[in-house]
Amino acid sequence: MASSSSSSGGYSGSPCAACKFLRRKCLPDCIFGPYFPPEEPQKFANVHKIFGASNVSKLLNEVLPHQREDTVNSLAYEAETRIKDPVYGCVGAISVLQRQIMRLQKELDVTNADLVRYACREMPGIPMSGAGGHPSLMNAPYYGKGSGDLRPNPDIYYPRRYDRDGNYTGEQDGGDEE
Amino acid sequence: MSSSATGTSRCAACRNQRRRCPTDCIFSPHFPSTDPERFDAVHRIYGASKVAKMLEEIPPEMRGPAANALHFEAKCRIRDPVYGCVGIISTLNEEIRDTGTELAKLRARVAFLASGAQERQLGQDYTIVDDHWTEQQQIGNVVL
Repeated sequence: MASSSSSSGGYSGSPCAACKFLRRKCLPDCIFGPYFPPEEPQKFANVHKIFGASNVSKLLNEVLPHQREDTVNSLAYEAETRIKDPVYGCVGAISVLQRQIMRLQKELDVTNADLVRYACREMPGIPMSGAGGHPSLMNAPYYGKGSGDLRPNPDIYYPRRYDRDGNYTGEQDGGDEE
Repeated sequence: MSSSATGTSRCAACRNQRRRCPTDCIFSPHFPSTDPERFDAVHRIYGASKVAKMLEEIPPEMRGPAANALHFEAKCRIRDPVYGCVGIISTLNEEIRDTGTELAKLRARVAFLASGAQERQLGQDYTIVDDHWTEQQQIGNVVL
């Protein structure tokens, strides 16, 4: 008997979007109920098209109850992305973002080089490689303490890299913040 | 136990499903028997019939990249059941934001240094004598 509890859809007696889609009775303990409200039918339709109801149910049962909402939202995002791009799905989005990061990093390198150039001009006696703690260089990617050597500045944030298997492969260059 | 009609071994999908592997099996070009883990991952997350349907809706020449993408996403989801590859997207978006902020700060610093350098250069060229400006050095590119 459907109740007005959140486990049986957003409104009292109303089946959740999943049970409506599957044309079945929405029970009070329906696992989909809290996450697929009846007013968002497309969300479940997308998830069902890509993953299937039983796989979603299995995934939800594998995570803790307080993680299920985030799980459903990420599944819905993946499903929607794959429907929009049937070949690459989220992998296409990841590629675009990684290219954007590489472009930003190149611009960062150019700007850092400009910064070093201007700062060294201010102190003509100091060679390019040893800026010895000059304030303008405190945030340069390579920061030497006057010894003439260049060391990576650990305070600069370097983008992460992911390999084909989704494993983090470390920053491109320089120190690790973590 | 084994063969498809041509005598070659079954693909990983047909082995997993315990069925004969036909010559036109949609899985076999992309899920070879030498890499059973690849099909196991997509089967676990999407299921065989969903994968077959998705591949059928794509032109044949794009099925390879699609299978690779599905495998990558499945592995991400297995590793992180809550966020899957969406976790990677979030992390990359944060990095873009942080790198963009860093870039803006550095550009502002460069602009500041550049404007200071220009002012000093102009100060060297002219001194006030009585009410007149006198040019001390000839600088070709200085524009008043």
